[in-house]
Amino acid sequence: MFENLTGRLGDVLGNLTKRGALSEADVSEAMREVRVALLEADVALPVVKGFIKRVKSRAIGTEVLKSVNPAQMVIKVVHDQLIEMLGSEQQELNLVAVPPVVYMMVGLQGSGKTTSTAKIAKWLTEKHDKKVMMASLDVQRPAAQEQLRVLGEQTQIATLPIVAGQMPVEIANRALQSAKLQGIDVILLDTAGRLHVDEQLMAEMEAVHKNSAPTETLLVVDSLTGQDAVNVAEQFKARVDVTGIVMTRIDGDGRGGAALSMREVTGCPIKLLGTGEKLDALEAFHPDRIANRILGM
Amino acid sequence: FTKRKLDDDVLEELEELLITSDLGVSTAARITTNIAKTRYDKEIEPDEIRQALADEVTAILAPVAQPFILMEDRKPHVVLVVGVNGSGKTTTIGKLAHQFRQTGKKVVLAAGDTFRAAAIEQLQIWGERTGCDVVTTKVGGDAAGLAYSAIEKAKADNADLLLIDTAGRLQNKSDLMAELEKVIRVIQKLDADAPHSCLLVLDATTGQNALNQTEIFGKVCEVTGLVMTKLDGTARGGVLVAIADKFGLPVHAIGVGEGVENLQPFEASDFARALSGTNNN
Ligand SMILES: Nc1nc2c(ncn2[C@@H]2O[C@H](COP(=O)(O)OP(=O)(O)OP(=O)(O)O)[C@@H](O)[C@H]2O)c(=O)[nH]1
Ligand SMILES: Nc1nc2c(ncn2[C@@H]2O[C@H](COP(=O)(O)OP(=O)(O)OP(=O)(O)O)[C@@H](O)[C@H]2O)c(=O)[nH]1
Ligand SMILES: [K+]
Ligand SMILES: [Mg+2]
Ligand SMILES: [Mg+2]
Repeated sequence: MFENLTGRLGDVLGNLTKRGALSEADVSEAMREVRVALLEADVALPVVKGFIKRVKSRAIGTEVLKSVNPAQMVIKVVHDQLIEMLGSEQQELNLVAVPPVVYMMVGLQGSGKTTSTAKIAKWLTEKHDKKVMMASLDVQRPAAQEQLRVLGEQTQIATLPIVAGQMPVEIANRALQSAKLQGIDVILLDTAGRLHVDEQLMAEMEAVHKNSAPTETLLVVDSLTGQDAVNVAEQFKARVDVTGIVMTRIDGDGRGGAALSMREVTGCPIKLLGTGEKLDALEAFHPDRIANRILGM
Repeated sequence: FTKRKLDDDVLEELEELLITSDLGVSTAARITTNIAKTRYDKEIEPDEIRQALADEVTAILAPVAQPFILMEDRKPHVVLVVGVNGSGKTTTIGKLAHQFRQTGKKVVLAAGDTFRAAAIEQLQIWGERTGCDVVTTKVGGDAAGLAYSAIEKAKADNADLLLIDTAGRLQNKSDLMAELEKVIRVIQKLDADAPHSCLLVLDATTGQNALNQTEIFGKVCEVTGLVMTKLDGTARGGVLVAIADKFGLPVHAIGVGEGVENLQPFEASDFARALSGTNNN
């Protein structure tokens, strides 16, 4: 696909002389190809528009160096802008708070919250030497609490004992209490998947958030998500103070445009990438990797 | 839209509407061009534009809108349910089971996801909810062997329908896809025609990758039909139009919620209207 974009840009910009600056007309032509490339990678349309605007103003007047051709020059500007918008520096999980530090996981159904909860718990235990506990607030999905319990067993990380019939806020309170008593450093609250249009479940999420005052509220997003990423980002952000994004299924062959959409709309850093079903398949975010993927490089 | 000439600006708006519904750039462009063919430069009411759009989309989807029909002569009709992680396979099995239980059929479920934590328990709860026996094996057990014994049990019980759940897998993982091939090979030792259906479950929030999913699952396990889930949100699932166009696979049903009743037949015109905003939701 990168060849493709380079090729397309080459076609469009091919008859430019190698020296001189990129004119507005050249750049406008090139941007049509860039637009298609980004949309094919599932970057949301409003985000594509903003992106193109910025790249355009950056590219017009740019001197084309002797060593490269105009198409490569445009690719470089596109790539640089992409990295900038994705967030060029790595942002670690925030652990600066009075223990127990609370993390809350939120997102759509099936995005990978429960699996990511266990991965992050393992990560904090192994890499940061923290004493971690996990609690499932998912009273919706069949066997959701059991799922987290099993993951706790697999990772040898404590989980809050399951009490049937309790509601999410009650479970969160019990988790906090229990964490305090046991000297837990970080408590991870896994929540049920919910659609952003489900008022009842969104209100429930808000209530849990207010009640537990999490240090990190991580929005877990499937990297295969399409144009709906914008709605999801806006709505979750509007209801709770999202502090970071976890992109899952990076091990797929999706182009990952949702990462750019999510980053732009929430303004939150992408903190971690889920790269598989196994519990060690978690990686720090590298903008370069995602930028290359979006451009198909 | 407001009433005006169907010019390039209007066409661009139309194309963008389709793109934001995940139809993809080329399908959106093609549909827009079709609309322009007969109406370009004519005065047109907004409703007329939407209707034209809905008509174009309906024309593509109508041939694939085919209900899932129980093969009465199979006893059991063996259905393998496949798809990427978290797309809604297990839930869809629960809903399908409910639907056929409602009409008095005997349904058996097979917990073929022996990998993911509590996947077996999840299906067992769906079995309880719908009054179906669930065939299980231990965690980490052989999915192919489990499917084999499930067919044996469903046959012995004279069941009408056997729904086999599988672990979620990304289509680019060849080892996991090979595992699926093995399940099919082993099943066929019992019944050369089985599975009689293979349903691919697609998540409506997924973008263009759903095309790859359909292509590769289609190749590996001869998908006979599609179900699209999570259409109760704001995602329109427009990639299904591109999929229908390219692969022509039947679309049987849509998921519109997490509850047992939240499975509906796929209706081309309803789907098209939701895409084009004709029914304002
Ligand atoms: N390949 C891959 N699979 C993943 C990844 N993260 C999660 N999964 C899988 O995705 C599926 C859904 O994951 P869950 O953790 O149950 O998702 P969830 O968001 O908790 O789902 P709900 O609680 O139902 O909303 C499971 O099959 C996981 O194994 C990832 O990074 N890569
Ligand atoms: N809103 C909504 N949620 C759904 C729908 N179908 C499934 N879900 C939810 O999506 C999540 C994942 O569903 P599952 O049925 O577990 O998905 P799966 O494909 O079996 O997942 P894995 O086995 O982990 O690959 C659950 O929280 C379901 O309740 C639907 O049509 N609408
Ligand atoms: K998903
Ligand atoms: Mg979960
Ligand atoms: Mg499942």
